[in-house]
Amino acid sequence: MATKNKKLSLKDKYQYLTRDMAWEPSYQKKEDIFPYERFEGIKITDWDKWEDPFRLTMDAYWKYQAEKEKKLYAIFDAFAQNNGHQNISDARYVNALKLFLTGVSPLEYGAFQGYAKVGRHFSGAGARVACQMQSIDELRHVQTQLHAMSHYNKHFNGLHDFAHMHDRVWFLSVPKSFFDDARSAGPFEFLTAISFSFEYVLTNLLFVPFMSGAAYNGDMATVTFGFSAQSDEARHMTLGLEVIKFILEQHEDNVPIVQHWIDKWFWRGYRLLSLVSMMMDYMLPNKVMSWKDAWEVYYEQNGGALFKDLERYGIRPPKYQDVANDGKNHISHQLWSTFYQYSHATNFHTWLPSAAEMDWLSEQYPDTFDKYYRPRFEHWQKMQDKGERFYNNTLPQLCQVCQVPTLFTEHGDPTQLSLRTLEHEGERYHFCSDGCCDIFKYEPEKYIQSWLPVHQIYQGNCEGADVETVVSKYYHINIGQDNFDYVGSPDHQRWQAIKGNRPLGGDDDSRDAA
Amino acid sequence: MSVKALYQYSAEPRDLQANFNGMQLVYLYWPNHLLFCSPFAFLASPEMSMGEFCEQVVRPAITAHPQAAGLDFGQAQWLLNNQPFSPAPALSLAQNGVAHKALLTLRAPGLDGIAGGAI
Repeated sequence: MATKNKKLSLKDKYQYLTRDMAWEPSYQKKEDIFPYERFEGIKITDWDKWEDPFRLTMDAYWKYQAEKEKKLYAIFDAFAQNNGHQNISDARYVNALKLFLTGVSPLEYGAFQGYAKVGRHFSGAGARVACQMQSIDELRHVQTQLHAMSHYNKHFNGLHDFAHMHDRVWFLSVPKSFFDDARSAGPFEFLTAISFSFEYVLTNLLFVPFMSGAAYNGDMATVTFGFSAQSDEARHMTLGLEVIKFILEQHEDNVPIVQHWIDKWFWRGYRLLSLVSMMMDYMLPNKVMSWKDAWEVYYEQNGGALFKDLERYGIRPPKYQDVANDGKNHISHQLWSTFYQYSHATNFHTWLPSAAEMDWLSEQYPDTFDKYYRPRFEHWQKMQDKGERFYNNTLPQLCQVCQVPTLFTEHGDPTQLSLRTLEHEGERYHFCSDGCCDIFKYEPEKYIQSWLPVHQIYQGNCEGADVETVVSKYYHINIGQDNFDYVGSPDHQRWQAIKGNRPLGGDDDSRDAA
Repeated sequence: MSVKALYQYSAEPRDLQANFNGMQLVYLYWPNHLLFCSPFAFLASPEMSMGEFCEQVVRPAITAHPQAAGLDFGQAQWLLNNQPFSPAPALSLAQNGVAHKALLTLRAPGLDGIAGGAI
């Protein structure tokens, strides 16, 4: 009797081409094939309980991704061919891209490598498949971000050496150390840190500011990248949710371990996002919303609902979330003040907010801006008007854990810095907060090794004894082009020429960026 | 060891004093002067006198602030790692107990930032 060949159903196809490609080993011990599954103390009793967050076979994955790429790159081509960089609101906006390219795109690369690693080391095939696909997604995000921003590199400064700068420049050790911390952890901590905490709980606080910022400021290339990445991000969010549910449901001993990771990674994520807060409030010529509003919606409301759901597992909201919730009124102003005064050592420009922008900030921050932050901007404006634009010529103290300068203030007193210090095995360490100090105390061996940019300069490891030499030789920041104030910079002059406001001095060739 | 690892894991601190070529780190916090975003991190010789440290290292660092010129280090109230501290200006940092990575906190009477606004 002949059997008719039937087409596989989607469900069967997925089962055969992913889960059923796995096998039970018979001549090697499972613990030897998957050596990283037990050392974190996480107990998995039954990998069959893993519910695949999305069900794509590789051929479907490639097909959908290829379709997206064809559309995306056609738009990148059109953007470049039509000089799309001329349609942005103002060239100040490009500085947000300089921050993104050096601070975020390399993290996508770190994610690509991190997911490739964990995609090998889980014994559950479903988890491996999901992580492997995410790894390819993240590499795709590196590539599409680079392509989105490469056109700007032809016309503006500061974008020319992002990978080198990510590894060396002082403020970029904040994102770099964040991801290095996650990748040097075990696979379950990595997933809790990145899939859950970053790609689910906090993701909108990175994505919305940059992508909406692009939309509001005429950056078609970045907007299109954002739309193109959305379906990838949806998969990542479902993985984050599945991971946390799976681990918590597998064994009650997992709960306190996961709670600790949630506390740690909420805090590290919050500190990392302080860079985004200043971008939203100070670097977008057309504002999307204030950081304060973004935090209220995306963390306090959405995150609040999520942690309510997790209560049934015995999980409580992250430690120090009250400090972060209060911090929404302060951190953007504190961060911009810091970058303003250290702008001689950054690959992007800074500038003082205009009177109209300060009025917007007053409106958005009725309890804090006029009282604590307007006075310093007005003082710096007076200095600038006298030709004495303020630069801080001394290196700052950095937090041993998050590596941000210790610029944050006490919850309850925004005039006093929330400095913390302790001694460990005869050495003294400094922190920006209880949150970071707690992270250190839990695993000091990790953080006594922090590669703190300020200390490395002082050890003589950064090719110079003075800031200017370090900035040009070690950081590859072009002095007088990438750094200092936006006003009067080559970017500013080029923008004025583009808009026909004032011709550039010198020959016409100086209109085209080198 | 506190880290979870597959083997006995140990690590060396990256910022031991020996790594600083005979010098040391000292931090200085000047409360209520938030024009400067955070404490300063200085590289200084342990043999430098406290007086020289104040005039040759600290004063140039704060000079941009309107209240810096009037600051009399002799009249200041000091903390060393959050404990009350009375430095002897003629003695060295080391002799004064200002060890590697110490935090000095400086308060000068009447100087509370521009217009008393902590900046």
